[in-house]
Amino acid sequence: MKIVVDLAVCQGYAQCAFLAPDAFRIYGEEALLYDPQPDDELRERVVQAAAACPVQAISVERGQR
Amino acid sequence: MSGSRPGRVVIVGASLAGLRGAESLRRMGFTGSLTIVGDEPHEPYDRPPLSKAALTDWVPPEHTGLPRLADLGDVDWRLGVAATALDRRAREVVLADGTRLPYDRVLVATGVRNRPWPNAEQAALEGVRGIRTREDSRVIRDHLDAGPKRVLVVGAGFTGSEVASICRQRGLPVTVVERAENPLVGPLGGVVGEVAAGLQRAAGVDLRCNVTVEALEGSGGRFRAASLSDGTTVEAGLAVIALGALRNTEWLADSGLACGPLGVSCDPGGRAYAVNGMAVEDVFAAGDVARFPHALYEYEFLALEHWENAVVGAQVAAHNMICDDPDRRAHVSVPAFWSVQFGTNIKSVGVPSLAGQILVTQGSAKQGRFAAAYLDGDRMVAAVTFNHGRYLEYYRHLIERASPAPVPVGEAEGNVAEDARFPDPGAPYEFPPIVVSGRSPTSMEARRVPAGKDQK
Repeated sequence: MKIVVDLAVCQGYAQCAFLAPDAFRIYGEEALLYDPQPDDELRERVVQAAAACPVQAISVERGQR
Repeated sequence: MSGSRPGRVVIVGASLAGLRGAESLRRMGFTGSLTIVGDEPHEPYDRPPLSKAALTDWVPPEHTGLPRLADLGDVDWRLGVAATALDRRAREVVLADGTRLPYDRVLVATGVRNRPWPNAEQAALEGVRGIRTREDSRVIRDHLDAGPKRVLVVGAGFTGSEVASICRQRGLPVTVVERAENPLVGPLGGVVGEVAAGLQRAAGVDLRCNVTVEALEGSGGRFRAASLSDGTTVEAGLAVIALGALRNTEWLADSGLACGPLGVSCDPGGRAYAVNGMAVEDVFAAGDVARFPHALYEYEFLALEHWENAVVGAQVAAHNMICDDPDRRAHVSVPAFWSVQFGTNIKSVGVPSLAGQILVTQGSAKQGRFAAAYLDGDRMVAAVTFNHGRYLEYYRHLIERASPAPVPVGEAEGNVAEDARFPDPGAPYEFPPIVVSGRSPTSMEARRVPAGKDQK
């Protein structure tokens, strides 16, 4: 699956890193690093993470939600 | 041509702006034919990770494909072939293989390429590489995996600094050579550059400022060492060239459009200008290649190498391509960008290089955790945060209102504004990611001098 995070919008709430730690990681104090093509088996967690983002910075490829 | 009426749109450039432009057209109900031309053989992928996560042992560079945010099932993709000309009289885009693609509207989103190392023979040495494409990132990552005894980074802008950060994260010795007094001086000025230098040195980077690389030396076709302007030599197994970018406008040379090294000039709605200074009806530009007058900055023409600018600029251009005349809108969002390096989240809004002064308003610059306002006279024109990203939205709102800087609080209490120390716009540093180039659609000089520096 393909995702992208708008890092200008991301404020480092880190909800995604709690919900899908294999796809999202916090680097340093507040920077987000992520896997733009996480394994399909992570889909449910990644979609949850996108939904839980307080600033809705995560986009998931259409048709995959 | 309008949203409900079919027509032919050709998008030249298959990266972020091209993709988002195509998606916007379809989302707005455009039912005509849509062709996307890209010189790389890949479908659109995201570039920011290529100098960050993709160089770690985690995300491979090949895993950076951009998600589709609309159904593009019926798009005619022409990948792996460059556009070589725009024939406005015939209303056709000409491709390198001789194909001519007729259009009713065309979106120019050809982006930028790396400014190459000036000596072609030296640039061709194995182990000398810039970073722009997925392949660049793969080659550099493979070199890093092989454990070179040292990495040389030429140019300490954002990309060079990010690569140096990855090297230290991987435990590799790295030398960074920067022509200016500090890293990031072009985009953020000397005061913040000094903070960036502190981060690099604390992380163990061998940072050499006020120095240039005079020659890259090889043996048996492989890069081996670099000789510097201070007479020293750096032996390294990999040289990463990070000297900023050049805009891909050469293919438009005979188009009659107002374009050149600083971009394709367009109006705030993305409509391209012709060389006579008149907006063209059918040609639009978006992304890194577009140079447009920004309402927030007294209509100075800006060319922005920002992710956000590619997305918003493409959406605006797509909208204006197919909407009715009174519904056209301008690209007025505040420029924004980010970088991640040495454990620090660097974010900025506005155009720092338009400022004369800087005021640290929160946190401590010495400790590398702060928010700062950039000022042109009393007015805040930009802000930057180092590990203070959550406050940036507040500064963005103030910038939109042309407000003065907030009063410094907490650790920053009592701070006063100081010279932000931007280099002269014409100075030969790496090209900064924001190019400010005057108010004329057809002349292109990086001529604006920040307030307070015009007495030199």
